[in-house]
Amino acid sequence: MRYLPLNANDRAQMLDIVGVDNIDALFEDVPKSARLKNLIDLPLHQSEAAVERHMSRLSAKSVSASSVPFFCGAGAYKHHIPATVDHLIQRSEFLTAYTPYQPEISQGTLQALFEFQTQVALLTGMDVANASMYDGSTACAEAVVMAKRVTRKSKAVLAPGLHPHYAAATQMLASTLDISINEVVPDIGADASVIDLITDETACVVVQSPNVFGEIVDLAPIAEKAHAHKALLIAVFTEPVALGLIKSPGEQGADIVVGEGQGIGVGLNFGGPHVGLFACRQKLVRQMPGRVCGETVDANGERGYVLTLSTREQHIRREKATSNICTNSGLCCLAFTIHMSLLGDAGLQQMATLNHENAVHLADVIDGIKGAEVLNETFFNEFTVRLNKPAAEVVQALADKSILGGVPFSRISDGEHEDLLLVCATEVVSDEDIHAFGHALEEVLS
Amino acid sequence: MKTEGRPTSPVAANMNDVKTVSGSKALEQATKLIFETGTPRRTGIDFPKPKGRASRLGANNERQGEIGLPGLSEPETMRHYVRLSQKNYAIDLGVYPLGSCTMKHNPRLNEKVARMPGFADVHPLQPISTVQGALELMYELSDWICKLTGMPAVALTPKAGAHGELCGMMAIRARLDADGQSQRRRVLVPESAHGTNPATAVQCGFTVDEIPASGDGRVNIEALKEKIKSDPDSVAGIMLTNPNTCGLFERDVIEIADLIHAAGGYFYCDGANFNALVGRVRPGDLGVDAMHLNLHKTFSTPHGGGGPGSGPTVLSDALKAHAPVPYVVKTEKGYELVEHKDGVSFGRMCAFHGQMGMYSRALTYMMSHGSDGLKQATEDAVLNANYVQASLSDVMSPAFGGICMHEALFDDRFLKDTGVDTLDFAKAMIDEGYHPMTMYFPLVVHGAMLIEPTESESKGELDRFIGSMRHLAERATSGDLESFKQAPIYAPMRRLDETQAARKPVLRWTPPQDNAEAAE
Repeated sequence: MRYLPLNANDRAQMLDIVGVDNIDALFEDVPKSARLKNLIDLPLHQSEAAVERHMSRLSAKSVSASSVPFFCGAGAYKHHIPATVDHLIQRSEFLTAYTPYQPEISQGTLQALFEFQTQVALLTGMDVANASMYDGSTACAEAVVMAKRVTRKSKAVLAPGLHPHYAAATQMLASTLDISINEVVPDIGADASVIDLITDETACVVVQSPNVFGEIVDLAPIAEKAHAHKALLIAVFTEPVALGLIKSPGEQGADIVVGEGQGIGVGLNFGGPHVGLFACRQKLVRQMPGRVCGETVDANGERGYVLTLSTREQHIRREKATSNICTNSGLCCLAFTIHMSLLGDAGLQQMATLNHENAVHLADVIDGIKGAEVLNETFFNEFTVRLNKPAAEVVQALADKSILGGVPFSRISDGEHEDLLLVCATEVVSDEDIHAFGHALEEVLS
Repeated sequence: MKTEGRPTSPVAANMNDVKTVSGSKALEQATKLIFETGTPRRTGIDFPKPKGRASRLGANNERQGEIGLPGLSEPETMRHYVRLSQKNYAIDLGVYPLGSCTMKHNPRLNEKVARMPGFADVHPLQPISTVQGALELMYELSDWICKLTGMPAVALTPKAGAHGELCGMMAIRARLDADGQSQRRRVLVPESAHGTNPATAVQCGFTVDEIPASGDGRVNIEALKEKIKSDPDSVAGIMLTNPNTCGLFERDVIEIADLIHAAGGYFYCDGANFNALVGRVRPGDLGVDAMHLNLHKTFSTPHGGGGPGSGPTVLSDALKAHAPVPYVVKTEKGYELVEHKDGVSFGRMCAFHGQMGMYSRALTYMMSHGSDGLKQATEDAVLNANYVQASLSDVMSPAFGGICMHEALFDDRFLKDTGVDTLDFAKAMIDEGYHPMTMYFPLVVHGAMLIEPTESESKGELDRFIGSMRHLAERATSGDLESFKQAPIYAPMRRLDETQAARKPVLRWTPPQDNAEAAE
């Protein structure tokens, strides 16, 4: 077995030093009734070549995003990732290191985290950010729980443009903690309606922009109303690239900003791993969940970095912790920070502009098709189309023509809005792809 | 040299900051923050020119002014991160004996497979007909997991171990509520448990009742019986790690399961240490109702400096109907994904289908080992730990002695009166070229040192490690206090001031002028 260095001779010598006759003696504490007598009924070990062949064949049974004209978004986005990113995250020292609990020999991971936190704070317009969460949806759920801790109030208002999966993940976590949540009916242009739901009992209001339908939301008036009632505004995004062109949630008054960072540096991965971003105002930092890295000095007075504020965390505080989270999305946040370091302001704005231009082009093409109507007043790189047929059928018909033509809204909702299709165009989409999509959609709808 | 007319050296200020000519030490290069070397106007990526289409962002929505994100060219980026990487310890570099963390070798075939386009380059919401290979992989992984654990069902979506705990405890809560047992909100947790256990229980709306350990490092079963008896109707369940965090198998585990079940509660097993059991014991035979697996521990997906993890959670017949969405089912037409919550599922844990990138790596690992190799890996891990324990018993102090499972627990008795504490000992290991073991955990042992060598270490490497540890123990007991207090001396940094970091947190870079303002 290629991964196991011990041989029979080693094992015999080692058992001797341990002072037992055979390996079974090391498992004597296991109750007799639970000791397996035979190998478990699964295939025996295989060569690297054999496993690779099996996996290649499985891989070939899916249609990859790069192989066809591709227009899916709705929380996960196909962008070009520079080769440098994947090379660097595969360096042994990053890939095979543990959480940096021994800072003297973990400065690589720690400094990268410190840079990551700074980038996220800048991008969102917030004071501080943590070292990442599992994904955008769990970051959103944790933000709502945090708002309860901060405000000591337990009503959360979710906006009708919040991604239904984010709402569901939040509902799941809130359900056990006596946090009540309004009934959320998805609606493209109704986010401002949350203003009427905010009362003195509101702990937080959760608004996504661009929202799940692609519409860009003016957060400032919502923040103003929330603050008047001592509630927090939690701003959510699913596409970090959008923040290259649109106003940051921080400058619109958000108190906590959470979102999905996958669009920078991380592949689609069929939905995971992705990287949850979590940022907030300085005054809330001690209520923030998750790992956080801070600057300090070593015994020689040299600048260095450590994990800090661990008195919030489960391994110290146990049942009084701010969250049970014990992991960040380490390697994915490294990928994010490397990609962002390559981009800088200048690159991010160019990338965002290309996304927007492609989406505008696509919207123009789709608007010219009979049976399809773009509903958005504003959008960044994705928007909503009302079709004259159920969107799921249309998407399947497009897939049969080798075009991955967006996400039916009913796929992510509780079946509402069967006729709505979410489509997205990023910088990887070409003019030819857009025209191919337009022609195919015209055929399918006619 | 003609110097007239030149400005006074513009780098003089920087040069004064460093204590060596360059600030670097041979292979280890000085590394400033990207914010100190890059500029927002620079980028390392070439994009085509915009075409100048009319914006549909909305007049009021556009960002004005700079974000402040620095950009670096590609060679600068490469060098920055390669330099950073060289300040990290790694499994690929040396022994990484972190108890409870299972730092085993990460096979590179796993990395190659995870990057195959049918797994890495598919969107979670593509039509089901276009993701059959990805779903088949998930189904196949589920089959391996169920067979290895002897459990009927698995929820793949939890994104890490603690998320898996949440999944299992939510399923227990859902079942209790469905049975009209909502008064059952008390969860019994041994004091040796991982901190995530009590934190998870509370996050699910339970209260935590701690069970003391017995003198041999296991659950005190008499105390457990008392706890149950005091109010059996309030018992929701127990969260028990097995092997436990002392590296010991809970001999009474079946009796514990029976007691909990008889009281009307459920048995959550923390599966962080399942790597000590794979192929030899199935949790399903121990009375377990729910248990998460850490694919990043037992099944070798890389730790990546702190994640991403993956925590699939196996569920018993009593709990499986309450599993979260989505999950994969096999039908006559192929593989399907159940994405919408029905009546009894406790809901959705995350945006999509969990950690596909970890599923592909873990299944690759399982298939490479096969049922024979997985069993052998378990045996080698347990043998290596016992070999380390036996070889250090005379110079260090084993916390409980006897046979251990995959990790060996020592306490700090052997350091008594030396002035050296567990932290000093750990930092001295760094100077010897090792990552320290887990320290001060579990809490039930004073000055705990938890060593988990894993099956990936050769006998030669272990012998060297043991030799170093023996030497350190001898130095500590022979009065060499100063060098322990100073350690590490040879690491990229000396000991860092964690107190200062926590008291006045600096969590991001700010431009120098802002620093000056903040100080005022």
